[in-house]
Amino acid sequence: MAEPTPERRPVRWHIAVFLAPAVIVYTLVMILPLAGTLDLALYRTVDKAQHFVGIANFSKLFGDPNWSGHFWNALGNNFWFFIVNMAVQNPIGIALAALLSSPRLRMKTFYRTAIFIPTILSFVIVGFVWKLILSPLWGIAPDLLKMVGLRHWFAPWLGDPHYALTTVALISVWQFVGIPMMLIYAALLSIPDEVIEAAEMDGVTGMSQFWKIKLPLILPSIGIISILTFVGNFNAFDLIYVAQGALAGPDYSTDILGTFLYRTFFGFQLQLGDPNMGATIATAMFGIILVGVCIYLFGIQRRLRRYQF
Amino acid sequence: MKYRTLTGLLLAGSLLGGTAAMAATTTITIESWRNDDLTVWQQKIIPAFEKSHPDIKVVFAPSAPTEYNAALNSKLEAGTAGDLITCRPFDASLALFQKGQLADLSSMKEMANFSDVAKAAWQTDDGKHTFCVPMASVIHGFIYNKDAFTKLGITPPKTVDEFYADLDKIKKDGTYVPLAMGTHDQWEAATMGYENIGPDYWKGEEGRKAIIAGTQKLTDPQWVEPFKQLAKWAPYMGDGFKAQTYPDSQNMFTLGRAAIYPAGSWEISGFEKQANFKMGAFPAPVPKAGDTCYISDQPDHAMGLNAASKHKQAAMTFLEWVGSTEFAQIYGNSLPGFFPLINKPVKIDDPLANEMLGWRKDCKSTMRYTYQILSRGTPNLENALWAASANVINGTQTPEAAAASLQKDLAAWYKPQQH
Amino acid sequence: MSQARTSIPRSVAAHAVLLTYTVIALFPVFVIVINSMKSRRAIFGHPLALPSTKTFDLIGFRTVLQQGDFLLYFQNSLIVTVVSLFFVLLFGAMAAFALSEYRFKGNMLMGLYLALGIMIPIRLGTVAILQMMAATHLVNTLLALILVYTAQGLPLATFILSEFMKSISDDLKNAGRIDGLSEYRIFFTLVLPLVRPAMATVAVFTMIPIWNDLWFPLILAPAEATKTVTLGAQMFIGQFVTDWNAVLASLSLAILPVLVLYLVFSRQLIRGITAGAVK
Repeated sequence: MAEPTPERRPVRWHIAVFLAPAVIVYTLVMILPLAGTLDLALYRTVDKAQHFVGIANFSKLFGDPNWSGHFWNALGNNFWFFIVNMAVQNPIGIALAALLSSPRLRMKTFYRTAIFIPTILSFVIVGFVWKLILSPLWGIAPDLLKMVGLRHWFAPWLGDPHYALTTVALISVWQFVGIPMMLIYAALLSIPDEVIEAAEMDGVTGMSQFWKIKLPLILPSIGIISILTFVGNFNAFDLIYVAQGALAGPDYSTDILGTFLYRTFFGFQLQLGDPNMGATIATAMFGIILVGVCIYLFGIQRRLRRYQF
Repeated sequence: MKYRTLTGLLLAGSLLGGTAAMAATTTITIESWRNDDLTVWQQKIIPAFEKSHPDIKVVFAPSAPTEYNAALNSKLEAGTAGDLITCRPFDASLALFQKGQLADLSSMKEMANFSDVAKAAWQTDDGKHTFCVPMASVIHGFIYNKDAFTKLGITPPKTVDEFYADLDKIKKDGTYVPLAMGTHDQWEAATMGYENIGPDYWKGEEGRKAIIAGTQKLTDPQWVEPFKQLAKWAPYMGDGFKAQTYPDSQNMFTLGRAAIYPAGSWEISGFEKQANFKMGAFPAPVPKAGDTCYISDQPDHAMGLNAASKHKQAAMTFLEWVGSTEFAQIYGNSLPGFFPLINKPVKIDDPLANEMLGWRKDCKSTMRYTYQILSRGTPNLENALWAASANVINGTQTPEAAAASLQKDLAAWYKPQQH
Repeated sequence: MSQARTSIPRSVAAHAVLLTYTVIALFPVFVIVINSMKSRRAIFGHPLALPSTKTFDLIGFRTVLQQGDFLLYFQNSLIVTVVSLFFVLLFGAMAAFALSEYRFKGNMLMGLYLALGIMIPIRLGTVAILQMMAATHLVNTLLALILVYTAQGLPLATFILSEFMKSISDDLKNAGRIDGLSEYRIFFTLVLPLVRPAMATVAVFTMIPIWNDLWFPLILAPAEATKTVTLGAQMFIGQFVTDWNAVLASLSLAILPVLVLYLVFSRQLIRGITAGAVK
């Protein structure tokens, strides 16, 4: 942690100068509009006018089965989406970074560049191409499975309520694996040679070197990745929207908080947008994410030992 | 880096200044979700208008259908929407009118060119205010591959039994997938499935109005039967139809791999461009020979005036033209499958479009029952119908259970259904 | 690193794993690109085959390039992305430095306040943002997009950069202070160069959502003169939903510029990462 600055000066203007540009732009363009929107959660529109209703919208969201059913379904799906991402994306990312950082590996640049490419693609492209690959009509996935003799494994995954969510979550993993890879790679590279050499002197090499020496040193980065994954997943929307549509089919089995919020806030097809209930859902989402971030900031981050090199 | 940023800022600044320059002619902008039709508007419709109105420049600015409502609403709220608004039928546009965002057009003399039925989709419930000029309707039915039918020696079915007999023959032969439809995107199952064949069972307007009045329930046999029919479709659909998307189905049919496509007439122009075989169409088959046939003849889009428009006069001039026979003639023929709603005779040249239009003579017209009044509450009936219809075809819900869940959703908020 | 074990079986295994994953990562892009150059029938008949003389067809590209000024769209995207990126990195690094370097009242609160933005999708503020831009006549200007993206990128940039700045040695900064450097000089000449790897990482994370965003270009700057590449491509996808030649061609056209940009940028990125590492 940063040490207290050695001397106390009366007014440290430079702090204000450093903070000002970010705070001003951020407050004006992001916080004020968002606050204005979330505020709607406490109101109800009656005859074009907003009436203050306190927490009535929240009791509706959690108490009225027509709302709560969708909410809990979306929340549950969202947790599964997050779990798949945490359990698949981050370990793969760390493993790839570990492999890439091994010394004297050839073609490093090529691998690193190639594996990051899915991350730079837009959701429109990702959604389109995976629907196409997994399409029973085009036959790319079935043909590939046939080549390895597993044609009978193929099922219309995106159309099946049992598999659709996991499939979409895995597509998300495919798209974003580059992010943990890059972050961990950067962290691994910044481990000083002396540390590694000292370990090797002590005979700690290979896998055990990774587990005993490197992993503890990159734990803060893993922490950042986890919290970024959490926030990203609970704000996710676009991928489900382009792959499964705003109704997040089949039968709402891929509906997550982001798609539920979008439908409610902006409306969909014949369903009219409801800014009040939309803001209520957004506030609930905000609460969930805030709790997660606070657990990280106060519970986990403080326990992580940080090494200054 | 700094230099580049500066150039960027200067460029951004020059764009900022560049927008306010035009003067002599008035430019009006049309908001629409019909981005498929962009070229037709640019090449045929707008030039036809600008020829007689050189002082008005028209810009057709569509966004993708899925983003249209959200984008339009945001722009209307903030006051940056175009002068003319393409209106979805019923409640979506009604809400805009009630918020004062669409102008009242009841007094336009061109409104006399449209029947009450045509106007109903863009009126207040009491019929006193009309806020959009009707442009087009779409008709549902089935489009089939004529070459395939000839090859297999089958004829377009008139009754449900003939329909399944044809499907069996196509399936047995094996060259073609009998029905080109999937359930991944869900809406086809509802729109081209349930609401396409349903009117024959609930007797069109009679049943639709009875649900609105609360004298029939969605669990009554005439409302469950169409679900039972849909449940029988699955074996005739392509392998893996659960993950088959709407464009998949379109391509499957136009590539000549499928025999029958449950359709809306809007497909005609696209299909005619892409398919290299002859096509025909038949309306939803009736349950018994001799039954009256009903078709879903859905008011689809209209055009209204943004109440906050700065160029009201020019925009009204355009709207008056949209209400004319000249426009109907150009529109109906540039976009075959979108049928003009005007009550004056309009000659449609496209044979397939004409064939579908001809059904209006023999069958009774109705529209999708979910559109008027019934989709106003939460849970939304239209969304529920999408999920239910897809579930029934997928076999994850029985017809009875699907009907019961829809009835429950509707009765949750709709008073006339709550007794 | 004299004793590092680079036994042959181990390095073969490493290459096998990396190569497999590379194939997985690139396969979908490959599918789009090869099929965009084939005739419609071949796309459906043999989706995995390379275009041959018989199936080679550029009809999709012709259709797409006939409409829409892709070069202009590309230029718009580039201006918006680069300018926003510059401000996000500069403002974000400054705020992160203030938060990680100084103890002051409300430090934690300010950190949390700046992090709020990563917890709520900015899309929700659309109407208020649009009203603000309309009031200041910024609708249909690139500046509107730049402002939104700068605000949107700041929370994450500040969050990640302050994490990295915490691991910079205090001795270095204190040495600077003893030499009489101002806090600004310390930030710009001592700290910024050291967090270059983190800056490069943040740059990539910030750049991607900006480049790929569809929503704000659609709402704030849908005019022909200010359209971005992603919005342009989306219009085509919507428009030619049945014309898969055109869809695949427009997708390829949307991928290509980002790919080139990334390949150019990735050198900088890697150089940034390795230069920053104390090796």
